[in-house]
Amino acid sequence: MEHEKRRALLRKLQEVDFVLVELNLYLDTHPSDLDALDQYNHCALEREAIRSEYEERYGPLMHFGHSSNRYPCGWNEGPWPWEI
Amino acid sequence: MWIYEKKLQYPVKVSQCNPHLAKLLIEQYGGADGELAAALRYLNQRYTIPDKVKGLLTDIGTEEFAHLEMIATMVYKLTKDATKEQIKAAGLEEHYVNHDLSLFYQSAAGNPFTATYIQSKGDPIADLYEDIAAEEKARATYQWLIDLSDDPDINDSLKFLREREIVHSQRFREAVELLKEYQGQKKFF
Ligand SMILES: [Fe+2]
Repeated sequence: MEHEKRRALLRKLQEVDFVLVELNLYLDTHPSDLDALDQYNHCALEREAIRSEYEERYGPLMHFGHSSNRYPCGWNEGPWPWEI
Repeated sequence: MWIYEKKLQYPVKVSQCNPHLAKLLIEQYGGADGELAAALRYLNQRYTIPDKVKGLLTDIGTEEFAHLEMIATMVYKLTKDATKEQIKAAGLEEHYVNHDLSLFYQSAAGNPFTATYIQSKGDPIADLYEDIAAEEKARATYQWLIDLSDDPDINDSLKFLREREIVHSQRFREAVELLKEYQGQKKFF
């Protein structure tokens, strides 16, 4: 059950990240498309909200100072992405 | 620099233990048109490519590492519970005697990864055409893998990767057009 909830929230993050990577690559070759730029910045905010919800429940997604680490359920504990 | 994010780009589920399928999928891990070759190719070419394309090579190269991790996850999940009998039946004994069930950068036919799979010409058009070809070859490989696989969960992830190759190819084609415009503006030839 908890496992399913985790996967669902992760899926939400993966979905918004999919939109972001698409816009990212598109903007690399269409840098003056301001609508796409707007969409990108809008999705980046949306992503930030999902990211913080995910990290609050399941621990840090990044290290090197980009997420706050904690104990327990910190960076150094699984499951790792290939184990989920 | 790069920073790791503790998540897959797209979910990878496996219907059942299937070491034979893992043996085929390793093509996209350490094969000529696999994800490692893709990542290393673009991230190496970007240093000397014209400015307009540096961002694209950096970002696609980075995404390729996320694809590499998805392939690794498929191989790991397909083999982790394999019995010795299943390993033998899948023709994975040669892999097993060297590597146990750990992953290795090699093709499905067992050739170890080599830098000769990638090119770096310093000529932007030559490099970008190579990149477009690489994406199309990777797309074709994903199609052949989907044709041979009967694992619906794996096929879902493989289809995602196949579509990403199409998008990358498209972006590289646009990059060629950008460079043609840019070269057309240069006055010295
Ligand atoms: Fe690609």
